Amino acid sequence: MNETKTLPTEYVTHPGGIKSSRGQTLRTDEMIINMGPQHPSTHGVLRLEIVVDGEIIIDVIPHIGYLHRCFEKHAEHMTNYQQVIPYCDRLDYCAAINEEHSYVLAVERMLKIELPERVEYIRVIMAELQRIASHLIAVGTFGIDAGAFTPFLYAFHDRELILSLFEMTCGARLLYNYFWIGGLSHDLPPQFVDKAKEFCTHFKPRIKEFNDLLTFNEIFVTRTANVGVLPKDVAINYACSGPMLRGSGINWDLRRDDPYSVYHKIEWEPKVGKGEMGTVGDVWDRHIVRMREMEESVKIIEQALAALPAGNVQAAIPKRIRPDVGEIYARTETPRGELGFYIISDGSATPYRVKGRSPAFVNLSVLPEISRGAMIADLVLIAGSVDIVLGQVDR
Amino acid sequence: MTAQEIHDGLKAKFGGAVLDAKFEVMQPWISIAPDRMKDVAFFLRDDPSMQFDYMMCLSGVDYNDGRLAIVYHLFSMVHRHKIVLKAFCTKENPHVQTVSSVWGTANWHEREVFDMYGIIIDEHPDPRRLLMPDDWEGHPLRKDYKVPEFYNGMKVPY
Amino acid sequence: MGLLDQRFENGNVFVTSLENLLNWARLSSLYQMQFGLACCAIEMMAASASDFDIMRFGIIPRATPRQADVMFVAGTVTIKMASRIKRLYDQMAEPRYIISMGSCANCGGPYWEHGYHVLKGVDRVIPVDVYVPGCPPRPEALLEGIIKLQEKVRNESLVKKSAEEK
Repeated sequence: MNETKTLPTEYVTHPGGIKSSRGQTLRTDEMIINMGPQHPSTHGVLRLEIVVDGEIIIDVIPHIGYLHRCFEKHAEHMTNYQQVIPYCDRLDYCAAINEEHSYVLAVERMLKIELPERVEYIRVIMAELQRIASHLIAVGTFGIDAGAFTPFLYAFHDRELILSLFEMTCGARLLYNYFWIGGLSHDLPPQFVDKAKEFCTHFKPRIKEFNDLLTFNEIFVTRTANVGVLPKDVAINYACSGPMLRGSGINWDLRRDDPYSVYHKIEWEPKVGKGEMGTVGDVWDRHIVRMREMEESVKIIEQALAALPAGNVQAAIPKRIRPDVGEIYARTETPRGELGFYIISDGSATPYRVKGRSPAFVNLSVLPEISRGAMIADLVLIAGSVDIVLGQVDR
Repeated sequence: MTAQEIHDGLKAKFGGAVLDAKFEVMQPWISIAPDRMKDVAFFLRDDPSMQFDYMMCLSGVDYNDGRLAIVYHLFSMVHRHKIVLKAFCTKENPHVQTVSSVWGTANWHEREVFDMYGIIIDEHPDPRRLLMPDDWEGHPLRKDYKVPEFYNGMKVPY
Repeated sequence: MGLLDQRFENGNVFVTSLENLLNWARLSSLYQMQFGLACCAIEMMAASASDFDIMRFGIIPRATPRQADVMFVAGTVTIKMASRIKRLYDQMAEPRYIISMGSCANCGGPYWEHGYHVLKGVDRVIPVDVYVPGCPPRPEALLEGIIKLQEKVRNESLVKKSAEEK
C-alpha cells in the first residue's frame, strides 16, 4: 500500500500546466469558469468557457454544437426542394418566416420565377410581422438578462397577438411552412387586413410604453451603456450583420442595399446606433436599434397593407422544381442579420448541397473580441445583446 | 469591378496561383491554388480597387469525385461588388491555407469545414472541431459518410 | 381554496391520509428547471408568460437542478447534449419528474432519419413521465401535459410496491 498516487499530468501546476481549450496557459491569478450549456441566460444551449482574473474577463471561448441538428445533411436527402422548407423553419425558430423567405428566394432565383405582386406584398407583411415578433423575444429576454422581468411579460403579450395573425393565416403558431417556392401555401383570410391594421394601431403606443419601461430606465442604461463595444472595423472584419452591425453605426440593411421582394416600393429607413447613452456600438445601441426597427416594421406593414394588390397567390408555383445545374448564394435581412443560402444544384430534384450562412453563428463568433476586459456580470448582457438563436448557430 | 477584371487583376499579380475561372454562370467564380489562398485573400482585401472587406460565406463542398472544395463568397462594402473564390483539393491531400487572419469570421467557418468535410486548414490558429464532439469519428457531410452504430454507449440510428 | 377554507371553519380539523397530503403538496408546487433546448423552449416561454401563465399550476422556474422537481425537456436532444441532460437529471433531488415536450424529445421528430447527431428520443438516456406530442406543441398542450403529471403524482404511494404488485 505504499504506492504513491500521481496526478494526471494535465492537473499538475507547473509552467504550461493548466490550459484553456484554446491552448493558452493560465497565469497564477487566472481561473476558468464554465457557463452553460444549462444556464438561464445563454438563450439555449450555448456553453461559454470564461478565463477570468478576479472579475475581469481575460478570454471567452464559446463551445457550440449542442443543438447541431444536421440541417445540411437533411437538405441533401429530401426528395425535393420544397421539403427543405420545414427544416429552414426550425433553423431560427424565433423568426421562421424570414428563414423561409431566404431559402425560397434562392431557389426562385435559380428557377428564374417571376412572382405575382400579391405574393411579394404578403411576404413583406409576414416577414415584417415576424421581425417584430422576433425582436420582441430578443428585447424581452434581454430585459430578463438585465434583471427586469416585467418587460418580458409585456413583450410576450404583444407577440401572442402577432402569432394569432399567423395562426389565422396558415394554422401554425411557431413554425409555419407558409412560403412555398413560387408562392404561398394559403391566401390571406378575409378578415386578416383589418386585424393586422388593428394590431398596428395597438402596437405603436406599446413601443413607447416599452421604451419607458426598459430602454430609458436609468438602471438599465447604466448597466448597458459603454459595455461590450463593437468597433466598426471589427464588425466588418467579423462579417457581423443586422442590429449588431447597425448598432455599431454602419448604415447597412440588405432590404435596401441588396434589394429583394418589394421593399424598394416602400418608404422606410434603416436605423443605426448613434451612441446616445455611451459609445457607438455598445450594448444599449444594439438594443435601441431593435426597438426602432420595430417602429419601422410597423410603417412597412401599414404601407404594404394599403398597397396590397389582388391576385392568385399560387399562380406561379412550378409543377416540377428542377433547377439547372449551377449554384447560387442568395441573402436576405432577417431579424438577426444576413441569412444566406448557398445552394448547389446538379439538375436533379434534390439540392446537391445547401449551406446556411446564419447571422447568429457569425455574430456569435465576435463575442470573444467584444467581451475581453469586461466584468463577468456584463457578459450576460453582451451575450444577450448579440441575440443568438442556437438553432441557427448550430444548424 | 466585373468578375473578368478581378480575374485579370489576380492573374497579373499572382500568375500561376489563379487556376481556373467561369464567368458565364449566375455567380462567376475564380479557382485559386489552395496553398496560395492567404496571399490572394490579403491582396483582395487590401488592394484599393478590390477592397473585399466583408466575407459573406465560406462553405465546404464534396463533389463526390474525389475532389473537395472550399467556396468563399466575398463582398465589398466600399465598391459593392461580389466575387466567388474556390479552392479545390483532393480527398487524399485535403489541405487548404487559412484565411482567418484576413477575415475574422473565417475562423469559425473554417473550423466547421474541417469538422464536416475533414479539410485540414493549414496554419489555423484554433484547429478543433466546432459542432461535433471532440472524439467523434469521421466527417458527416462527406457524401460517403456512414453513421456509426453507437457513440459513447448511445445508439445513433433510429 | 374555497373548499379548504370552509372545512377549516367547521372545527379547524381536516382529516386526510399522509399520502394524500404529501402528494397534494408535491403536485401543487412542482418547481421547474429553467432550461430550454430548441423550438419548444419558445413555446415553453410563451406558456410561462402572461397569456398562458404557467405559474397558476404552482410551477416556478428555478435556475439550478438541485432546487427543481420537474424538468421539461423542450426540444431536440443532440448526442453532444445527451450526457449533460443525464448529468442534470442526476443532480435533481428525488422525487423528480420529466416531461418530454415535442416530437424531437419524444422520438427524434423530423430528424429521425438523417440526424446523425440527434438522439432519437430523450428516453434513451433518462426516464420520462409524460410525453407531449407536437412540433412544437402549443402552450395549451404543455399545460395538458402538466395536468397529466399532476394526476400521476396524485396517485403516488408512499409504500414501495413489491415486485409482485408491479
